[in-house]
Amino acid sequence: MNHPLLQIEKVNKQFGGVAALDDVSLSIEAGEIYGLIGPNGAGKTTFFNVMTGLYTPDSGRFQLDGQEYQPTAVHQVARAGIARTFQNIRLFNAMSALENVMVGRHVRTHNGVWAALSGHSRGREEEAQTRAHAHRLLAYVGLAGFANYRADSLSYGHQRRLEIARALATEPRLLALDEPAAGMNASEKVQLRSLLEKIRDDGHTLLLIEHDVKLVMGVCDRISVLDYGRVIAVGAPAEVRRHPQVIQAYLGAGAHV
Amino acid sequence: MSLATAVSPSSKRASLGLLLFALALVLAPWIVGHAGGNTWVRTLDFALLYIMLALGLNIVVGYAGLLDMGFIAFYAVGAYLAALLSSPHLLQQFPALLALLPEGMHTSIWLILPLAALLAAGFGVILGAPTLRLRGDYLAIVTLGFGEIIRILLRNLDRPVNLTNGPKGIAQVDPVTLLGVNLGRTQELFGLRLPSVYLYYYLFAALVVLILFACIRLERSRIGRAWMAIREDEEAAQAMGLNTLRLKLLAFAIGAAFGGISGALFASFQGFVSPESFTLNESIAVLAMVVLGGMGHIPGVILGCVLLAALPEALRASMGPLQQALFGQVLVDPEIIRQLFYGLALILAMLYRPAGLWPSRTGGAP
Ligand SMILES: Nc1ncnc2c1ncn2[C@@H]1O[C@H](COP(=O)(O)OP(=O)(O)OP(=O)(O)O)[C@@H](O)[C@H]1O
Ligand SMILES: [Mg+2]
Repeated sequence: MNHPLLQIEKVNKQFGGVAALDDVSLSIEAGEIYGLIGPNGAGKTTFFNVMTGLYTPDSGRFQLDGQEYQPTAVHQVARAGIARTFQNIRLFNAMSALENVMVGRHVRTHNGVWAALSGHSRGREEEAQTRAHAHRLLAYVGLAGFANYRADSLSYGHQRRLEIARALATEPRLLALDEPAAGMNASEKVQLRSLLEKIRDDGHTLLLIEHDVKLVMGVCDRISVLDYGRVIAVGAPAEVRRHPQVIQAYLGAGAHV
Repeated sequence: MSLATAVSPSSKRASLGLLLFALALVLAPWIVGHAGGNTWVRTLDFALLYIMLALGLNIVVGYAGLLDMGFIAFYAVGAYLAALLSSPHLLQQFPALLALLPEGMHTSIWLILPLAALLAAGFGVILGAPTLRLRGDYLAIVTLGFGEIIRILLRNLDRPVNLTNGPKGIAQVDPVTLLGVNLGRTQELFGLRLPSVYLYYYLFAALVVLILFACIRLERSRIGRAWMAIREDEEAAQAMGLNTLRLKLLAFAIGAAFGGISGALFASFQGFVSPESFTLNESIAVLAMVVLGGMGHIPGVILGCVLLAALPEALRASMGPLQQALFGQVLVDPEIIRQLFYGLALILAMLYRPAGLWPSRTGGAP
């Protein structure tokens, strides 16, 4: 049977009395860029946090690639194949760009204490591969010359790219990006768009939270719109932007997105 | 940007530093001994024990970013293990054991060191398992309590069965015997007359080098990177798939193991252990060495140990005679001068070098 890569059904999450997520269902096909948009406080980041185990949902069903999964232990979500970036950049600041990406390789590598202490050849080989892989990913996101820079010394746009490289290093089946264009200037946004398309064309599936309407409409294959924790519209960008409820949610009645 | 230097020091500079360090390590007791006699070499021996301790604590605090205020407990565990296994105390308490070993226990150092490492690591896990979900200040308080609990246990485990001999401590701990050579006595080796403090110095120096080697390898490994990622941002590390609880336990266990080794050597060196060697003050002293030098940076940690373990002793030894020479009498107790120096060094460091005297990477651009 043909199943979507990620299928989420009727997820609920309350904070006190506020329903941050209210029966949210979502289904993402392999190989697409899926957009999740909505006004401030709509529940987009909460959805990411629930999906990646940072918050425990009150209810809901999660399937990744046809397999039921319970996002309970955060570290198992990355192993299962979902990697994410953060709305407020969260890099390992005092480490170099290269080391940040190498940490992303952690789940796909095995060297333990013995490999470190003994320096046996299999361990050294894995370490060399990790390093090479990280260098390739840095080049892939356009940070080839920045391998040895402290993460927090990079420009804002570069930090966002570094987060993407670090997430890609976990070999995710779904790459979830929380506002990757935030804080970028116009030309950086253009470059980001082509990076996202390149990542998709290389066989990845992306879930994208983004406020920049032009970017979302341009790059996404399908979009869900959240408002007050509810999904108010799903569809191709062209359909969604004409949806009256979406227009109302964004700009009040009578306006156009 | 092109002027910026790389994050990691060039390997050429690193190996030059290593060479200088090795040279200093070999020559130090001769220089110091020439200047101040065996007492000063003894101070050096203690500095080496502190370096082992601080390198262990550096794994926990410097790499994994977990504030451990009770680290001296692992030193105590190692010390008491060595004392129990190589002193007559247990045999005196348990006649049945004496019948079994009429010659005394005299356990070999080759057995004591790995046992001390394992036992201390075990205690590390016991402390870590229930507490590592705590963060920052809370973890600091709990570990502080743990350190005190161990000390109080050692003080009171002389009843109902006399295990630790209570506040009186355990005496007559065997000196280290290495390949038939008793390090507790002056020995003629290779035509050199080596007093006990010199012999211990070289044993400790060898172990410091081993531990140093282990630390450097760990720091540059997948595990070391994972520890630092946890230190930098625990949630992001988890989101990258790191099992942070297990990795933190591992840091606790390995750090504790180095503490245990150091403690076992301390017991054999002193020939005597008592609970008063393992107070909160000692935990704080080791933490101060790590912090003053530069958390997470091995050369900085060693510098911190040398400064805080050796210099104050030198001050204590020299301030009396100096005052005599200058004023004809001792105006201020040298011990007070030592403590003043200690406090002043920490305050100045926090004011002007909050990242330590020799931090790993200067902030801002690389
Ligand atoms: N940890 C939390 N505790 C309490 N309330 C929270 C928490 N996280 C989010 N919320 C609330 O849940 C709602 C959704 O927040 P969320 O951060 O998911 O919005 P968002 O769609 O990502 O908004 P933005 O576009 O501003 O990032 C908001 O009302 C917010 O205040
Ligand atoms: Mg958000």
